[in-house]
Amino acid sequence: MSKIGNAFVNGKAFIGFITCGDPDLETTAAAVRAAAENGADLIELGIPFSDPTAEGPVIQGANLRALQGGVTTDKIFGLVRDLHRDVSIPFVFMTYANVIFSYGAERFIAACRETGIDGLILPDLPFEEKEEFGPVCRKYGVDLISLIAPTSENRIAMIAREAEGFLYIVSSLGVTGVRSEIKTDLASIVKVVRENTDVPCAIGFGISTPEQAERFAAQADGVIVGSAIIRLLEKYGKEAPEQIGAYVRSMKDAALRAQ
Amino acid sequence: MTNPNGRFGIYGGQYIPETLMNAVIELEEAYNRYKNDPEFNRELAELFNEYAGRPSRLYYAGKMTEDLGGAKIYLKREDLNHTGAHKINNVLGQALLAKKMGKTRLIAETGAGQHGVATATAAALMGMECVVFMGKEDTVRQALNVYRMRLLGAEVIPVTTGTATLKDAVSEAMREWTSRIDDTHYCLGSVMGPHPFPTIVRDFQAVISREIKEQILEKEGRLPDAVLACVGGGSNAIGSFYHFIDDKDVWLIGCEAAGRGIDTFETAATMNTGSVGIFHGMKSYFCQDEYGQIAPVYSISAGLDYPGVGPEHAYLHDIGRAEYVPVTDEEAVCAFEYLARTEGIIPAIESAHAVAHAMKIAPSMGKEKIIVITVSGRGDKDCAAIARYRGEDIHE
Repeated sequence: MSKIGNAFVNGKAFIGFITCGDPDLETTAAAVRAAAENGADLIELGIPFSDPTAEGPVIQGANLRALQGGVTTDKIFGLVRDLHRDVSIPFVFMTYANVIFSYGAERFIAACRETGIDGLILPDLPFEEKEEFGPVCRKYGVDLISLIAPTSENRIAMIAREAEGFLYIVSSLGVTGVRSEIKTDLASIVKVVRENTDVPCAIGFGISTPEQAERFAAQADGVIVGSAIIRLLEKYGKEAPEQIGAYVRSMKDAALRAQ
Repeated sequence: MTNPNGRFGIYGGQYIPETLMNAVIELEEAYNRYKNDPEFNRELAELFNEYAGRPSRLYYAGKMTEDLGGAKIYLKREDLNHTGAHKINNVLGQALLAKKMGKTRLIAETGAGQHGVATATAAALMGMECVVFMGKEDTVRQALNVYRMRLLGAEVIPVTTGTATLKDAVSEAMREWTSRIDDTHYCLGSVMGPHPFPTIVRDFQAVISREIKEQILEKEGRLPDAVLACVGGGSNAIGSFYHFIDDKDVWLIGCEAAGRGIDTFETAATMNTGSVGIFHGMKSYFCQDEYGQIAPVYSISAGLDYPGVGPEHAYLHDIGRAEYVPVTDEEAVCAFEYLARTEGIIPAIESAHAVAHAMKIAPSMGKEKIIVITVSGRGDKDCAAIARYRGEDIHE
């Protein structure tokens, strides 16, 4: 069993996303530690990809900066190994299918197991393609985390029934990024999820403010925040970890207020 | 050739965000409903014949044949289609399908601008809204086509992300589609992307090989020995190959853009320099580094300047049914000039890659042999860029 379940035992979960190597791996490590110390329950570590087709401009920028800084998959495994010496919350990777495929699925997923990565979120690996990596993930006990979108409709039950780790509920149409308004009827999506699985679900895409964190945490088991954290890294660079710590604290507190 | 799960051997598939899954499933269902529908096919045939000017000519290039002194050379004149390229075949099919599905808005990516122009044209004809994504770099290389699209009523959005070329235009069109699906059809321009696009686009382009077969049988009473076409994503090539795939004696040759050479980093020859990967919704060959980062590619031709290739080509390559050869910028430019002077036909710089390879193989083939080259588009759009390549600065 993966450790992902641990992320959902401290009230509503706060899940943060950080692109590894933006602007460098030392800053990533400091940012992850700051987030963990301030209440983050799980961290999604982004392995940058040259052409992140599911990302909006903010995370595209982070991918570009990280690759220009020379980060590679091997260096990121090194980072994870280092972080796990003192950080105990679970980590998952968020990346694109080609990053794993080109590294070799067996080699990549074995390294996940060895360094302490509990799950994979791959926005370009829908339900129909999950057997691309599914057998190897099962072999090494790494969860393949599924996404549910506002357009999933008749697919929600099917996806939920085979869910592992947690379910990532995409709040809105379109790509990642900060949104002022989210109109999707998330309550009815979560209802179908609950009818089909006991695996926890978290809502992401567009969440940036404590008000949103409280509102969306109330509808699920946790919230996922990416672009808002990346904007702090974009703005403050190497000085961002301190800002990220304070921000994560405010967001986790807001999530805990949710009923 | 397509397996039920949208695969060609191990290639193809549907590697796309969950947000788009119901959209591609809906598209597949609609396509399966209409592809054998007599009324749909009657409407499409009428558009092909009355609007696009099909069938396109299969022209015997007598002077070129004589000059090269080997195989008899025929040119499949897709350049004579309305809008000046083969792209219109696919676009008319997809636009008609989208209309039947109740969509009112078409979005598209474009490289050289030919697919964008074709999509803008079909949108104008069918009264649909149209948005075209085009790499910023390409809007400069192909300024005339940008103007044509706007003239036709389309909005052209220059894409500044990544290398600001065709692959980034595809990424941006995919991002746009995930944000607006209800009224929008993504009119993908090549035999690439997630299933069912490679199959749908191939079927609409297969009219090229269906006509070649009829025309060559009428003119020569036999099948050709070789069929050549340029390959970026590979739509005119698969269209030219499709009805010959089961005719094992017909040599199928795809001509890739080698840019400054396959031994340099400035190349777009995917089969010759790439490796298997997963990108833009499909498993296929891609130019990429050891960590799977997609490589910046280069070709003088904006239409072939793409780091991947359609999954059916990857399959035909692996089983040895088709051969994929690299052709450099310099060879393509020489062929562009050669065809203009020899036959009075200015081919698109993309198509000139196929002409260039024919110039290499025809002389050593016997006079009784027959080669068909698909001239996928016309070259007016390229004149300014070729002039610049030759050191002459002309303004459009």
